[in-house]
Amino acid sequence: MLDLQGFGGQFALGALMTLKVAAGGLVLGLILGLIGAVLKLSKSRIAYAIGAGYTTVIRGLPELLVVLIIYFGSAGMLTRIASLFGYQDYVELSPLAAGIIALGIAFGAYATEVFRGAIQAIPKGQIEAAKACGMSRLQVFFRIVLPQAWRIAIPGLGNLFQVLLKDTSLISVVGLEEIMRKSQIAISNTKEPFTFYFAAAMIYLTITIIVMLAQRRAEQWASRGMRGRDQ
Amino acid sequence: MNWNWSVIIESLPRLFEGALLSLELVAISVLVGGILSIPLALMRLSSNAYVSTPTLAFTFFFRGTPLLVQLFLFYYGLAQFDAVRESFLWPYLKEAYWCALIVFTLNTCAYTTEIMRGAIQAVPSGEIEAAEAIGMSKITLLRRITLPLAYRIALPAYSNEIILMLKGSALASTITLLDLTGMARTIIARTYMPVEIFFAAGCIYLLLTFLFIQVYRLIEQRMLRHLRQESAAG
Repeated sequence: MLDLQGFGGQFALGALMTLKVAAGGLVLGLILGLIGAVLKLSKSRIAYAIGAGYTTVIRGLPELLVVLIIYFGSAGMLTRIASLFGYQDYVELSPLAAGIIALGIAFGAYATEVFRGAIQAIPKGQIEAAKACGMSRLQVFFRIVLPQAWRIAIPGLGNLFQVLLKDTSLISVVGLEEIMRKSQIAISNTKEPFTFYFAAAMIYLTITIIVMLAQRRAEQWASRGMRGRDQ
Repeated sequence: MNWNWSVIIESLPRLFEGALLSLELVAISVLVGGILSIPLALMRLSSNAYVSTPTLAFTFFFRGTPLLVQLFLFYYGLAQFDAVRESFLWPYLKEAYWCALIVFTLNTCAYTTEIMRGAIQAVPSGEIEAAEAIGMSKITLLRRITLPLAYRIALPAYSNEIILMLKGSALASTITLLDLTGMARTIIARTYMPVEIFFAAGCIYLLLTFLFIQVYRLIEQRMLRHLRQESAAG
């Protein structure tokens, strides 16, 4: 077994931080993904262009670069905005906030495509039927489209969440004390890099397995209304 | 906002120099990883558990852990063992360049192995049965039927993997390499203009992805030209 030399507790704190960033990124990313999908499916050209621009740019940029841009780039911009309101001090995002925003933006770009596919997969007849019943467009979206789109989107979103979990390691580059950063701290004390990076790898693998199992449960739950074992 | 264009223009040559290193790392690792993935995919599908289980463990480890952990494990971690430091491989393993190359290759190889496995499984069984009925040996069948069909099925998914690798190559900057991201960070440390330089680096990444997608589309059209003719005729 790996000898963590008393850094086990620190690792647990790091894992907690990793999960916190992942959860925050997931929530923000789901919101951005839904907005992006609605924009991309909109008849308005401007809305489509905004949605398409968002997904094209973010999916073409390395996640590390997105993290660095949000963390280092936002400080200058926030300080300028704050000075407009008469606040003279230097303003910057915490690594946690920057991490959640960066990962949420990246997740959202991919989730946009997943949601778009899921929304398009819903039979036209159902939407027409809902409109014929007199539902407003918002009601159609929240009562008919979204509950069914979830079911179709869950496998794709689950895979994206696994990518998101692994990308949380990138935030150690800007100093967030998650698993990677905690291993670096432990290594600077013990001079045993392999032991601690390997332990970190094992934690990521464990989380991945748990997420895979949770994903399977979520898929079963979401399709509980469906008959048969496929779909 | 006082946007500084001159700093972008001044740093462009060095950013392109970094982009060249990024491209080099991606090209070599994708090429070697792609070649290695074919035997590994076949091993992964083997009915012999002694052959398939190690391959499964390999792909599971490299797909289940962050690329950053893998890089650090190789670059910083291996030095922990005296045996590694005294071995003939050490002159290579202590170089960030070789470490990045090895880790990127193994990483993309693991993902490509799973893509190839899916593709091989997706080859219609009728085609394989027909080849068997004609009396092809296992190796001829693999060479003439299974692999040519499989890599065409794998082609679309493979382009995503290459783009992910291009984006992943930004992590080379964390082990001191001056790839596109690394170069951008070095320039920022001197000029302290993060927004402008990251903007320029981001544009280069987008340009690279865009060019890659265009080139890949041409390759795909050429490789899958038999399918296009079929659909045009039918």
